[in-house]
Amino acid sequence: MTETFISWGMDPNWAWGVATVAGILLIALPLMLAVAMIIYADRKIWAAIALRRGPNVVGPFGLLQSFADGLKVFLQETIIPSGANRGLFLIAPIITFTVALLAWAVIPFNSGAVLADINVGLLYILAISSLGVYGVILSGWASNSKYPFFSALRASAQMISYEVSIGFILIGVVLYADSFNLNEIIKAQQGHGLGIVNAFGFNLLMFPLAVMFLISALAETARAPFDLTEAESELVAGYQTEYSSMSFALFWLGEYANVLLMATLNAILFWGGWLPPIDWAPLYSVPGIVWLFAKILFFFFVFSWVKATVPRYRYDQLMRLGWKIFLPISLIWVFLISGWLMLTRYS
Amino acid sequence: MIQLIAFYLFATIVIASAAMVIFARNPVHSVMWLILAFFNAAGLMLLAGAEFIAMLLVIVYVGAVAVLFLFVVMMLDIDFAELRAGFVRYLPLGTLVAIILAAELVFAVGAWSAGGVDLAARTAPVVSDTSNIQQIGELLYTRYIFLFEAAGIVLLVAMIGAIVLTHRQRGGVRAQNVAQQVRRRPEDATRLVDPGTGQGVEL
Repeated sequence: MTETFISWGMDPNWAWGVATVAGILLIALPLMLAVAMIIYADRKIWAAIALRRGPNVVGPFGLLQSFADGLKVFLQETIIPSGANRGLFLIAPIITFTVALLAWAVIPFNSGAVLADINVGLLYILAISSLGVYGVILSGWASNSKYPFFSALRASAQMISYEVSIGFILIGVVLYADSFNLNEIIKAQQGHGLGIVNAFGFNLLMFPLAVMFLISALAETARAPFDLTEAESELVAGYQTEYSSMSFALFWLGEYANVLLMATLNAILFWGGWLPPIDWAPLYSVPGIVWLFAKILFFFFVFSWVKATVPRYRYDQLMRLGWKIFLPISLIWVFLISGWLMLTRYS
Repeated sequence: MIQLIAFYLFATIVIASAAMVIFARNPVHSVMWLILAFFNAAGLMLLAGAEFIAMLLVIVYVGAVAVLFLFVVMMLDIDFAELRAGFVRYLPLGTLVAIILAAELVFAVGAWSAGGVDLAARTAPVVSDTSNIQQIGELLYTRYIFLFEAAGIVLLVAMIGAIVLTHRQRGGVRAQNVAQQVRRRPEDATRLVDPGTGQGVEL
């Protein structure tokens, strides 16, 4: 984009600055719109599975429901509990929201269509997603209330546990793709399955990792069945119990932006990102961003589907799944994949 | 130009937040300042061209170590009056430690700047067409393989040691056997009976 601005007669330094700001806006604004619509979609899918109608009053088919909700929270008063730690109480939702937006900087939407094409893209995503836990811990502690604090403790243990197995799963992908750059990872998937399909997920050695990543992604974003941080039957509303108006809405937006990010990562790491599913020339005439969005929406549907059908885990079961099942399996898989690659690719 | 601004911004914030770690009254605030310091140190690493180290700093220190710090500190029952009570008693010892540290710092900086190598070359990245992940990997697994594996073994021993020290067998715990729970079938647990009128069911 910088070249475009230079061709318009701008100073290269200025062009770089303007292009970066434009790129950030070009990602962040549609993302916010997507989050609003995805919340609506989530509620509609959930309602359909429960044989209800879901939001259907505001606008045609209730399409404007999220915007009405947004306007409502915007007009409400921000209440800060008198016992709360004021500064941290207000910073916590801002951290959650900012971190949820930051990771999108390295997501490639098409060949070369990425804001920051850095060679440690996957590590950057891992680093940013490990920050998400701070918003939850701080809000729980700063609220100076018992239920949010319980929720914060649960959240920190849960997210750290699943980050470990996610880390090992990502190493499997990196070994196969031979790069940490997300664009390179997508390109490595072209014709991966016998030259027919463009996805790591069809590789028998990678498919178990794809399944584990999907489940770990549910745990990492604290979605059902792992939503113990906001288990309403035991913790009122979890870490956001004391929050109101915009500070609550920031948690809400951040949470769904994270869910979208995890769906996107599923699509990029295992199912070919912006590549068409089948390596067949006519399919490449469809823009890559369409394929990517179709895959993201599919995984988001899976997330909502799981939320509507699966009962909540107990906390000890959650920890058992993370530490005693996913961690050993993903560790063994790192050995298996590197052994297989040593036999086939590097010998 | 923008590198210079970024460097001074990151460096100032690192030093300021490191100072705030000590000066903050509330331990939780201290940990938050520490996290800010880690973050900006990662920014400095980026400026030095070591993006892999920068990301590791964020993942390991901010994402894991500092979370555990915060976890422990949040659960402390802090009494501020008690915290300040020992100030005079520990003052002589504290001053001694501070003087030694300051002297070491002066010596270190002196030796550093007296060396033959010019300062700019020390942080400058080696110009090469491979990324620094590949370079670090090649060094770690060839030239420094023994040191690398020795570090791994030391960490493993430390981990096992920590587990041995803290693990204790508690009696009287009603633990669940998950395998047994999963093995359980409806036939083992339920029974369909059709009692006649006036007859009960024997449990």
